[in-house]
Amino acid sequence: MFKTFSTGIILGLIAAGAAVHFVPLYDLHRETSIVTVRPNGGNAELFQIHLPADRILAGGRNLPDPVPDRLAWPEPLDSSAMELFKIRNANDRVVGIASRIQGAVPQTPEVVEWMLHLPARGSMYIAMANDSGVEGNRTGSLQKGTREFAGKHGTMRETFVPSGSDDSSTGRIELLAFVVANAVDEAEEVVQ
Amino acid sequence: MKYFVGLLLGMIVGVAIFGAAIYWNPFVGRSSVSPLALSTDMVELTFSEVPEKSIAWIDNGDSAWPPHPQKVQELWEPAIADTVILVTRLNDSRGQPAGFGIKFSTGAESARLMNGEVLVNSVWHVWLSGQGGLFIEQTENEWPWLRDVVIPARWSTSNHWRGTWFGILTVGPGALGSGRVTAGSGRFSGAEGEAVEARRASAYSATSGPAAVDGSLTVVLSDPNAADEDVPQ
Repeated sequence: MFKTFSTGIILGLIAAGAAVHFVPLYDLHRETSIVTVRPNGGNAELFQIHLPADRILAGGRNLPDPVPDRLAWPEPLDSSAMELFKIRNANDRVVGIASRIQGAVPQTPEVVEWMLHLPARGSMYIAMANDSGVEGNRTGSLQKGTREFAGKHGTMRETFVPSGSDDSSTGRIELLAFVVANAVDEAEEVVQ
Repeated sequence: MKYFVGLLLGMIVGVAIFGAAIYWNPFVGRSSVSPLALSTDMVELTFSEVPEKSIAWIDNGDSAWPPHPQKVQELWEPAIADTVILVTRLNDSRGQPAGFGIKFSTGAESARLMNGEVLVNSVWHVWLSGQGGLFIEQTENEWPWLRDVVIPARWSTSNHWRGTWFGILTVGPGALGSGRVTAGSGRFSGAEGEAVEARRASAYSATSGPAAVDGSLTVVLSDPNAADEDVPQ
């Protein structure tokens, strides 16, 4: 009986050890990445945000319609505005979340910053000038990427596509990211 | 039959011994000394980690405490279900409002409980009023927090933990266990540096979440013009 009990203890230790070792604490869901390879070897990837459905939060001192409507924005902060979105891939599946901050800093034009977070892949941080071009686009450069986007450089273009109705708050935001590996990395790959 | 019962009891005891060894593993400690402690020109930003005191606290809706504010969209889609969002006001070292920060935290697949690592990949989007934006990437280890505060709160008959807890959460990706900072626009544009996030707690409830928990971000930025200044004219 004692031998059986001791064997049970050892089996319990092995089973628990195997479970802790082989069963991941987090098993992140992955959607298929829909990436277009460009002639320069870089990638182009489209993310889209449906408005207003994908807007999680919108806050700012001078914002007339915060989201959700009970959002309390701290009074002492400056006139910058912040939004949080769910972001979708080209197939309209939610693949991550994004923050967008629009604010002013002294002696420079107003800026827009994006932080895209794709949980299973990594994050991108993009800064762009607020003034949109003739076609209504804003373009900014990738300041930093993490994990899959680490060590890359590139640009992102923000375009608002209205839904066609008179209401300018409905439509979708298209974020087209162009990302390429740094020249140094490419050279190292060639050497290898 | 008695052998089966003996084997089963033995296995239960074995699993319990393993769990106790993980929980009281003497080789897994808690870091309370910041790798940036000796740095000069650091920026200290403090914030509340209590959901009701934040601007927003959002998860997938499965946690015991409700998201804040009410009616905010939850992150229920499979690709973002393991992610938590914190939007909070940031104060400077004198307690004055300095800006706001948005933190996205996602459990890391590299987490290994055997090693005392419950790792979380997190990124901060920080906006400092009138100064510009910062991006902070870091890997955090939540295990010391879970072991010392969250699990004791669950074991407590009152579902509460009270005490004094301080720990450095950031464990990477920097070589010294610090996070990486990149300035995007404004006053710090072009600067890079390191950051460390710490947590200080005195009350936690297993049913309603953090009751008295504050966080701090210590940021050290290099001067983007320093390299130019070093070049002889």
